[in-house]
Amino acid sequence: MKTRSLPLQIGLIVVPVALALLLTALLILAVGADPLAVFQTVWEGATRDSRSFGQVVNFWMPLTLVGVGLIVTFTAGLWNIGVEGQMVMGAVFATWAALSLDLPQPLLVAVEILLALLGGGLWAALVGVLKTRLGVHEIFGGVALNALANVLLIYLISGPWQPPEGGSVRGTPPFPDAAIPTFLSDTFKVSLVAILIVLAAAVAVVLALRGTRWGLELKATGKNARSALLLGVPTRRAAMSAFIVCGALAGVAGLYRVLFTFVSASLRPGVSGGIGFLGVLVVLLVAVRPLGVPLVTFIFALVLGGSARLQIALGLDASLAGVLQGSLVLIVLLFNGLRGRLAAREEITEAAAHE
Amino acid sequence: MNEELIRTLNSIVASATPLVIASIGETITERAGVVNLSLDGSIILSAMVGFVAALASGSPLVGVLAAMFIGALIALIVAFGGITLRQDQVAVGFVLTLLAADLAQFLGQSYSRIPGPQVLNTSLPLLEQIPVIGPVFFRQSIFVYISYLLVFGAWYWLFRTRPGLAHRAVGERPETAFARGARVNLLRYLYTGLGGALVGLAGAAYSLSVKAGWSTPPSMAGDGWIALAIVIFGGWHPFRVVLGAYLFAGLRVLANIIQRTPDVSIPVVLLNGVPWALMIVTLLLVSGGTVERLVRVLPRPAQKWTRNFLRSDPPAALGTRFEPE
Repeated sequence: MKTRSLPLQIGLIVVPVALALLLTALLILAVGADPLAVFQTVWEGATRDSRSFGQVVNFWMPLTLVGVGLIVTFTAGLWNIGVEGQMVMGAVFATWAALSLDLPQPLLVAVEILLALLGGGLWAALVGVLKTRLGVHEIFGGVALNALANVLLIYLISGPWQPPEGGSVRGTPPFPDAAIPTFLSDTFKVSLVAILIVLAAAVAVVLALRGTRWGLELKATGKNARSALLLGVPTRRAAMSAFIVCGALAGVAGLYRVLFTFVSASLRPGVSGGIGFLGVLVVLLVAVRPLGVPLVTFIFALVLGGSARLQIALGLDASLAGVLQGSLVLIVLLFNGLRGRLAAREEITEAAAHE
Repeated sequence: MNEELIRTLNSIVASATPLVIASIGETITERAGVVNLSLDGSIILSAMVGFVAALASGSPLVGVLAAMFIGALIALIVAFGGITLRQDQVAVGFVLTLLAADLAQFLGQSYSRIPGPQVLNTSLPLLEQIPVIGPVFFRQSIFVYISYLLVFGAWYWLFRTRPGLAHRAVGERPETAFARGARVNLLRYLYTGLGGALVGLAGAAYSLSVKAGWSTPPSMAGDGWIALAIVIFGGWHPFRVVLGAYLFAGLRVLANIIQRTPDVSIPVVLLNGVPWALMIVTLLLVSGGTVERLVRVLPRPAQKWTRNFLRSDPPAALGTRFEPE
């Protein structure tokens, strides 16, 4: 295919974004609000001060972890919808350590991370076993295990881990200080160590996908599992490893949510906050190209962080963020298809011209 | 038979109805070779729109039609993305399921937990007099009666009519169907839209009857995924699909009864996991490998019967594209 002109390429990015914004604006009008005021509120909600920007960072990091993890499973051709449950299980495993181990801070945090890796990885391994050994498609295994992880979460919060003052489903008691990494400042509640760990994990995964035999095996499995198997690629093992790596990263993302999302760190219902599913949207949007992930996750985090203020400022439901993100991804998918059709038509006319 | 049991069976049929309608709709779609993965969000959005339209117009019929329109519209976007624009059907469907659920929450925010119209039960004369069967199956809402017609209608259409044969051929061997003169992609659009309209009807059955009203978070969230699993468990056959839907609803009602029993020590919240555990078990049971393993340990006369009963093979061309060239 020919390389396309620059204006056209920019157009293919700008037009879907503009369409998604337009669609969202129309929906805002439909509920009787002013789109400009809404967009302004979202922008200010994300960038007003260090506290609100800290919130954005705290959406960005777990979303990036999940996005990078899903790059791994999508490379292997797998739909790891179970990523939400894997986040929950990472959070649950790590919460056990935070609530019951009496260790000095760096050690306790390290144990939490290990348990988060383990919890998410194990839950993903279940999806993997169901898929590779028992013939249950990963989408259904994932959806069911998501629900089961949430059932377990609610059970723990309302039962064994409920605060001493009695049965509520609001959350576990706050974590002890030793269980929480130190914040950069009281108004910028972000941990430098956490950011470095997320970055290191992301870089490591991208390098592993690009430069190792494992990465090649995943790609081969994803492109065509049957011929990969015939060529001697252990496709089952490749699929299992992809699930486990993605689940482990999602588990750490779940821990990140527990530690940095709420005013005081504690395990609460809905700890995944839809971040897992949003990660799937991110990877679809960047068409499984890892380098696009941090940029898109940053923009999505801005929208998420900013939308948190919609309810207070304008009385609008924060699900508007999901509407904007979802319609953007849908329009981009449809545009990709349109571009493909146009390219095919051009090739046909060119071929006809040559004859 | 005692009245308590009859009441329970009646409520199982009632609560299974949206699952029946949605899974029959998806069966129709998938039999044509298209996967509409948007069910969960579709049901939620059409439930919300159906409720609001019925409330605004004062007519449940308007609500039902609006809900069916939404379901068909979402399904047609899946068809457009998958067939015309050659994108992954699963990807388009998954994005739509999230988008539709968020749309429902955003647009429905001021309609949450307010009273609205509700479709009441109407007993069918004569039929309701049949002992046991009458009070269980024929003292229900109109949605339930529609679901009966849909199950038999879908079965008759697929397995007893000529256009139904073409319908299945499009999902099994599109090349052959095309060679015999079927307009494959047009039929796929048609059955995807039709199936989607039924998914919308299922949404209306929730918000106007089974779980009347609208609330955030929506009370039927997750049921779309269960309906998708029921299609697989049902082996893409209307009769087995309806069996699956009643099985799921039955277990859920049973879990509710256990919850209300005073001297049971199972924590209430854990019972919410029952349908999902059941989902994994049923899918595991009908997957090819498990069936064969099971068959091998059975006595020979039971083998063929078990295999035929449990085997669940998807339409051969499910989720694939067809380019008429």
